[in-house]
Amino acid sequence: MKYETIIGLETHVELKTATKCFCSCPAEFGGEPNTHTCPTCTGMPGALPVLNKKVVEFAIKTGLALNCEIQRYNRFDRKNYFYPDLPKGYQISQLFLPICRGGYVDIEVDGTVKRIGITRIHIEEDAGKLVHSGASISDSDFSVVDYNRSSVPLIEIVSEPDLRSPQEARVFMEKLRSILEYIGVSDCKMQEGSLRCDANVSIRPPEQKEFGARSEIKNLNSFRSVQRGIEYEEARQAAVLDEGGRVVQETRTWDEERGVTHSMRSKEEAHDYRYFPDPDLVPFVAEAEWVAKIAETMPELPDARKERLTGRLGLSAYDASGVIARLATADYFDEAMKHTGDAKSVANWILGDISAWLNGNNLEMRDFPIPAENVAAMINLVNKGVLSSKLAKTVFEEMLKSGKAPAEIVREKGLEQISDAGALALAVEKIITANPKSAEDYKAGKDKALGFLVGQVMKETKGRANPEMINKLLREKLS
Amino acid sequence: MSLCNLPAHELGKKLRAKEVSSVELTKEFLNRIAEVEPKIGAFVTLCEQAALETAALVDAKIARGETIAPLAGIPGAIKDILCIKGVKTTCSSRILDNFIAPYDATVIAKLKQNDAVFIGKANMDEFAMGSTTETSYFKKTRNPWAPDCTPGGSSGGSAAGVAAGEAAWSLGSDTGGSIRQPAAFTGTVGLKPTYGRVSRYGCVAFASSLDQVGPIARDVTDCALVLNAISGHCEHDSTSYNLAAPDFTKALHPDIKGVKIGVPKEYFGEGLDKAVEEKVRGAIRHLSELGAEIVDVSLPHTEYAVATYYIIAPAEASANLARFDGVKYGYRAPGCRNLIEMTVKTRTQGFGNEVKRRIMLGTYVLSSGYYDAYYNKAMKVRTLIIEDFKKVFGKVDVLACPTAPTTALPLGAMLDPLSIYMLDVYTIPVNMAGLPGISIPCGFSGGKPVGLQLIGRALDEMSVLRAAYTYEQSAGFHKMAAPIGGASA
Ligand SMILES: [Zn+2]
Repeated sequence: MKYETIIGLETHVELKTATKCFCSCPAEFGGEPNTHTCPTCTGMPGALPVLNKKVVEFAIKTGLALNCEIQRYNRFDRKNYFYPDLPKGYQISQLFLPICRGGYVDIEVDGTVKRIGITRIHIEEDAGKLVHSGASISDSDFSVVDYNRSSVPLIEIVSEPDLRSPQEARVFMEKLRSILEYIGVSDCKMQEGSLRCDANVSIRPPEQKEFGARSEIKNLNSFRSVQRGIEYEEARQAAVLDEGGRVVQETRTWDEERGVTHSMRSKEEAHDYRYFPDPDLVPFVAEAEWVAKIAETMPELPDARKERLTGRLGLSAYDASGVIARLATADYFDEAMKHTGDAKSVANWILGDISAWLNGNNLEMRDFPIPAENVAAMINLVNKGVLSSKLAKTVFEEMLKSGKAPAEIVREKGLEQISDAGALALAVEKIITANPKSAEDYKAGKDKALGFLVGQVMKETKGRANPEMINKLLREKLS
Repeated sequence: MSLCNLPAHELGKKLRAKEVSSVELTKEFLNRIAEVEPKIGAFVTLCEQAALETAALVDAKIARGETIAPLAGIPGAIKDILCIKGVKTTCSSRILDNFIAPYDATVIAKLKQNDAVFIGKANMDEFAMGSTTETSYFKKTRNPWAPDCTPGGSSGGSAAGVAAGEAAWSLGSDTGGSIRQPAAFTGTVGLKPTYGRVSRYGCVAFASSLDQVGPIARDVTDCALVLNAISGHCEHDSTSYNLAAPDFTKALHPDIKGVKIGVPKEYFGEGLDKAVEEKVRGAIRHLSELGAEIVDVSLPHTEYAVATYYIIAPAEASANLARFDGVKYGYRAPGCRNLIEMTVKTRTQGFGNEVKRRIMLGTYVLSSGYYDAYYNKAMKVRTLIIEDFKKVFGKVDVLACPTAPTTALPLGAMLDPLSIYMLDVYTIPVNMAGLPGISIPCGFSGGKPVGLQLIGRALDEMSVLRAAYTYEQSAGFHKMAAPIGGASA
């Protein structure tokens, strides 16, 4: 039987503030264990939290970017549970009065734009990290705790159950990452856990109105795992229903290696967090003027950027989507556009050779060594006819190797395109003489033979011949 | 008269006049401790060496002709709920019996800047839960006025230490009366400042919205001096008031003319010991004779204060005490095979019965399904209690009432926790509303001190100190010394 899948995501985002949520320790990732700590973030007796204002600013910024209503009156609550990486025995969070409510994100799947609701965004602190002596907690002799991450600020973005497929969920996450990167509130490094999500998944027969029992999949820390985890879960639930069974509401963990979800023990699930307002932190008010000031600092967001690229610059929607997905890429594009008018070529290079090189070397755009200005200059050389598009690849390789400017490389390596009609005519003559069979073939109507001859001329000129001119000259000679 | 029976401000005069050195003074107090501590049991940790080092430092300053702070060189006792870097901070609990604080509480840092001498950490009820100092894991503290009686609690060690001349002044903490009630029982002066006046940073939390650090001393002047040293905004405590504290010694004028003193009728009802009532009413008459205008007032929600307190305080405590899990510091139960066992056994063995009782109570009132019925409702009643005070303080400047319904109780007399809870019936509402309150001695009943409580508007410690000082100077009970303490009573 066919079912409809209902998905809601709870996304945790680590904010890249300089200091932690409730103390002045550095919030940066890593460091020797327990070096970024103080009495407050290690839960020492008597220590008290003091709110980092930057955290609220970042949360408001996110809320504005996701079209939320920023709540004026705010408060922190304690979420109580025992775990060794939670030094106070409670996490400072917001349950009763979250900072943002009621927003949305537009995503595009298969060319269709769909609006996904945002229920709420709240602020909370991260926990520390358990380090086990063995491969897992069950086969460890001992475990130790690193509190460097303890009290690093997080926001949790809770979506409405508006997503209908694993692919939509993935695209939604990718869109969130773009937005968060653009507004500069997070590194969004999934491998370091600064962007991660839990998915609430249920299925129902298409004619059914009410939602089915849902399972919450924890520990989805890559886009791939978001999609695969949900795919697995919808198939698993469908199988249960098809066999006449009943889906139980439960928490499941995603096992990336084996590609399955499994149920967490119900004991761990019987949580009563006993939320209540944290008496150590005075309620705070997000004044309208402050929110307005933050709104003024909002950069151009991905959707606006895409519109600019498809509109004035005339890129296709597909190319524009590719360029704007990551901030570093979009910025690289814009930087290149300061030095060339050829948006299409810049997009082609970014989505083609540059992406391929980055993927091949497992690097991110921010690590790309060639300045955007040089890629633009290279494109300009091609457009001016100084460099053939074929040899542009050689220049690109050389830029990666030596870091030199393209004009310099062209000069040093003698890569200028030959567009001198006389010189090219001689080369064409020579190739026709050397390849009489191909010449005859072309004359007899075999168009393929022309390509061969062009190739030979290119070979003769070490790739420097202007291909359009050779084409033209060959046709003239053989007609 | 022994130096140990003099108030801190008198000792300060002697230091400045070079009649005595701080080292001599400190040794004098250490000798007194050696003499009476076996009978009193006010301390859980002594800091002899550090105390003598600070004293020597102060002596050097005096020798160089430097001006020294009012409390400089004068030994004081610190309730063992406050963190002093490098010193054991146990909260009189097994679960922290090996915990050495890695940082200074803000009040300690401020007192260090004043070159105050910390002579030891004072015994208390475990995690400040109790009203008799009998829930301490380590020892029972005895009342210097009546060795078979408790000194009150939870700051019983801080109060008994001062009363017995083992320290010239001390710090306590007051969540529901834990400074004022033991001050009343030991004939000392105990001041709970306005909530937020003194930083809570480094004071191990019991109930965060109620806790407040304050002084216990021999007289009102010393309370003002200590309050001067410890009050003010603290960047580590977001609930601390962001305003400069006044010079509280400016309130020390023996003048009460025109001051309106309210007498809340609900504080003189059932359960109040006749002798205590008599002394307190006598003190109020005395204030009237000194020129105060006495007004009968009503605080109608007083009867709900204790019940409300025993929902809010345990709720907050259940969260505040969750950090004691054996993972990071303090006691860890030996021989555990897994996480759950470690947490459960550590807390089972590490906490005493009163603490466990309140953790369970707090966990219950916060649990889903009961939150609205208990915690939320208690918060609403708390608002009504706050409104009561607001209304009354529209009419009067200070309230006068008993600090506690009885004098000090015999040790072990109150085995029933519910009746113990009633000991704080007159002090709890003040914490609920975050107001300043002081207890000063106003007579004796059966040889045991009786306390008069004066309560003021939020941030108006000045009026409270002024009324207390006026009464004290006229009545003179602060000059009495407890029989254990050497000197005449
Ligand atoms: Zn920290």
